[in-house]
Parts: sequence; structure tokens; C-alpha cells
Amino acid sequence: MSYSQKVLDHFKNPRNQGSLENADAVGEEGNPVCGDVMKMYLDIDKRKNNKGEDEEYIKDIKFETLGCAAAIAVSSALTEMAKGLSLTEALALKKDDIVDDLGGLPAPKVHCSMLGVDALHSAIKKYQLRIKN
Amino acid sequence: MIIYFDHSATTPVDEKVMKAMLPYFSNTFGNASSIHTFGQEALSGVDKARQQAADFLHCSVNEIVFTSGATESDNLAIKGFANALRKKGKQYKDMHMITSLVEHDAVLETFKELEKKGVSVTYIKVQKNGVVDLDDLQKVIKDNTVLVSIMWVNSEVGAIMPIREIGKTIKKINDKRESDWKKMRVSERGIKPEPIIFHTDATQAVNFLNCDVKWNYIDMLSMSGHKIYGPKGVGLLYKKQGVPLLSLQKGGHHENNLRSGTLNVTGIVGMGAALSLLGTGEMGEASEAQKNNNLKISKVRDYLAEKVLKNIPDAILNTDITNSTPSHAHFSLLGIEGESILLSLDLEGVAVSTGSACASGSLKPSHVLLAMGIAVEVAHNSVRITLGKNNTKAEVDKFIKALIPICERLRKMNPLYKK
Repeated sequence: MSYSQKVLDHFKNPRNQGSLENADAVGEEGNPVCGDVMKMYLDIDKRKNNKGEDEEYIKDIKFETLGCAAAIAVSSALTEMAKGLSLTEALALKKDDIVDDLGGLPAPKVHCSMLGVDALHSAIKKYQLRIKN
Repeated sequence: MIIYFDHSATTPVDEKVMKAMLPYFSNTFGNASSIHTFGQEALSGVDKARQQAADFLHCSVNEIVFTSGATESDNLAIKGFANALRKKGKQYKDMHMITSLVEHDAVLETFKELEKKGVSVTYIKVQKNGVVDLDDLQKVIKDNTVLVSIMWVNSEVGAIMPIREIGKTIKKINDKRESDWKKMRVSERGIKPEPIIFHTDATQAVNFLNCDVKWNYIDMLSMSGHKIYGPKGVGLLYKKQGVPLLSLQKGGHHENNLRSGTLNVTGIVGMGAALSLLGTGEMGEASEAQKNNNLKISKVRDYLAEKVLKNIPDAILNTDITNSTPSHAHFSLLGIEGESILLSLDLEGVAVSTGSACASGSLKPSHVLLAMGIAVEVAHNSVRITLGKNNTKAEVDKFIKALIPICERLRKMNPLYKK
């Protein structure tokens, strides 16, 4: 299987690429020995949900990635999906959500989608731990 | 403009080669095994190609076995030889074979299969520049060593192996084995010892080097048509007269009963024409045609290597250009994953290759780069450029112009790359 048009589009024109200087949360997964490193920067803010309760959500998100086209496309697609989600919703994102959004990934590349989700989740969890303490 | 910098993967069929092949598709379409005129006309095309191959390799036409490509030739040479020794009464467990860590998978996987059957195989390491050290090889040769298989030119970095020196060393050992045996009393010496057979996969060497099998002391040689501006799906195995070999593919007893199957007449004619275009060099020297091509290609390659190193920061040239074919320039561009470079260049109309894991479907980067002592994370950053006889400096300029912003863009994305 080759890359979908959507993967190539994200690879060519990545969305939300870069870093956030005063990010509330940062998550990083992978290492250069495996060939892929993904880093997610999150700005987190508060808003009222539709029940009128306070909730935290991802106000802004940026990524930096070392990796193949799939890794870059996954990072880019993930930031688009995660932007505006509440932290609870973002934590519920699964790798298959991204794979589906991208119109599929070649089998050996599916692990890239896991890395992206892990980086996002690790950023949120680290943030929640920090707030709790 | 579309630029093709991946000649180690395959080459376009030369127009003269195609012209030679065309009549054999539908005019001279006979089965070369048929006795009638249709068959005999096809056979005369095959005979001509066999002579062209024999001229190039400096061997007899009876020593050429046409195959479907170098992979089949490697399988036939290595497994066919082991099978033939078994038929002579030698058991797998009594056979020791030697190869290198940087061989093509066609060779490595074949040896792994024999290992499972009980053959002991030594994989020798290479030096930093990808070349096998003759001393390392000599050290691992044992009394029960029956086969040495070392590639002539490494497909990834272009390193040239000391084939003639290896061949000579093996011959010396064989001569000693035989003279020691002859000195023994007839009643005590038993059967004559098997000589060590020397096989080389010359797929990447044929374009550039004189492949005289006698000059280089080679017993078996594999090659393929499509790497030398010939067609895909055809190759050959040179097998010196007397080397024991059994066919792997059974059938109609073609090719002296070593490779059954209706001959691929068009392919064989094309490969013969491609070899004939390369010409025949004497005394181990490249032919005039090879020399002209080599000079032309190396000028473009050296220009490219210089431009990359000058214009791209943190670029490492992994090809030792003092000991490589003129085609190769293999780089690590630190901080950028190889497949991302490949795909970005492709979007700009430049075709290259990479040894990064992400492009291979496995989790490990190229075994060749790792065997050369290149760190895993650096091997992921690799780009292989392999030039052909029609590439120009103008193409290199366009390539550099595309590569600079690609490297900047991808490095900017990398969270670990220093800014």
C-alpha cells in the first residue's frame, strides 16, 4: 500500500508545525535510534461545557517531528483533530482515529500513529499531574 | 524536469539494446529449443548473446547459464553447489562457507537457509569504508571450507571489494591442499580434497569493471541484465567448467540441465547486447567504453559530492570515493529521516534511494550501513544517490537547489536538531 493523498498533503503542508514558547504541557515520544521522535506542545485553557461546568481544553497545539512521511502526517493530522477538544476528549483519541482520518496507512507505518497519540496523551497526563500537585 | 538518480536500483534499457530485442517479440518468436526454423532463429539470437557474455567474462560459452536475474543466480550458485557436494557424499554439517555481512539479501538469505540445514557459515565484517579485509577472510578459512561468496561491488555505498586478491588467496590455498594431498602415501591419503569455490555477485560491478573471470580467479559469478541498461527478468551465472552444481528448478533440461525453463529469448538477447555495448577489456583493465563512461560519471559524481558537502550542513559522505564505483554517492544528512528526504525530493521530481528503516518496512536500517559501523540513528538519515551514464552536472545543480530547502524544512521540524 502506498501513501494516501491525504498523507502526502499533510507531509507537504503540515498543519500546526512548530513550537509554543510558553506551552502549558509538552509531551515527547520515540527516540532517534528507532528513527522517529514526536513532540507535542499544548496551550490549555478553561471554558464552560454545554452543561455549564468548567472544563479544560486544548486552545492551541503545535508539533515537532523527526521521522518519515507517515510520522509527519500523523503529527499534523493529530494536531488538527486535537485542537479545541477538552482534555477528556483528547485522552479518548485512539490511533485508529488518526489512521482513519488519514485514509489509512501502510501496515509498517501504523506504529507512527501510536507514537503521535502517546505524545499527546503524555503531554496531557504530565499537565494533569502537575496541576494536581 | 524529472531526474533519475537511482541507477543502483535499475537502469533504463539502452536504445541500441531495445533495437536488438524488438525482432524477438513477434517476428523471431520461436522457442529456442525447437528444431524447426522458428526455433533455430531464436536459438541463433541466444547463441549470439551467449558469445557476447562469454567475451565480456573471458570464458567459454559452455560456462554461461542464463537465469531470471542475479537473485536466481545467487540461489543457484550457493544452494546448487551445496546440493552437488551432498550428492558426492558430503554432509551439510561437514561444509563450512564464508560470506560477508554486507551482501545482498539474495546471498544472505540463501546462506541462512543452508545454515538451517546444518551448514556452518561465517559472516565476515567489513572495514569502515565497506570493504572486506583480506586478512579477516584468510583467518576464517578452515580445512572444511568449501565456498567463499563475496560481492564485487556493494550496492548501497559502491565499495569495491578486492576480488582478484581474494581469488588469488583462495587459489593458493587450493593449490596447497592439493599438493599436500599428493605428497601423502596413496594408501593413506583418501579421496582428493574439495577445492574452495569462489563465487561473487558482480551485479553492481559489470557496468564499471573488467569482469574477466580468469584474471580474477573466479569460479562462479552472478549478474543481472537490468543494472546494465538491459531488460529486467534476465541474468546469468558463470560457472567454471568442473565446478559441481545441481539445478534447483527441474524441468526440460535446458542450460546443460542446470536451469530448466523455456529460454527468455528477448531478455537474453537484450542482456547480450548490453554486455556487448560495454566492450571487452584486456589484462584486468576496463574496456574503452567502460573507461569513457566511468570518467564521465565520476566527474558528475565528484561534483555532486562536493556540492552536497558544501551546501548542506551536517552532511556525511559514507561512500569512500577513492575505492568505489563512479556511480555512488551515499550520504547521511544528520537530523533528517531518509524516507522524508526521498519523498520530498520525489515531489520535486528527483528520484533517489535510502537505507533508512522507514523505507524498508522493517524496523532496522540497512544492514550494510550498520556493518560499516555507522550508528543506527545516523543510518536512518541516509540518502543513496547512484548516477548513470546519462546524468549531467545541470541535473546535479537542480538537485542541490531542491535539496537545500528540503533539508532546512525537515530539520526545522525535528525537535532534537539544534537550531
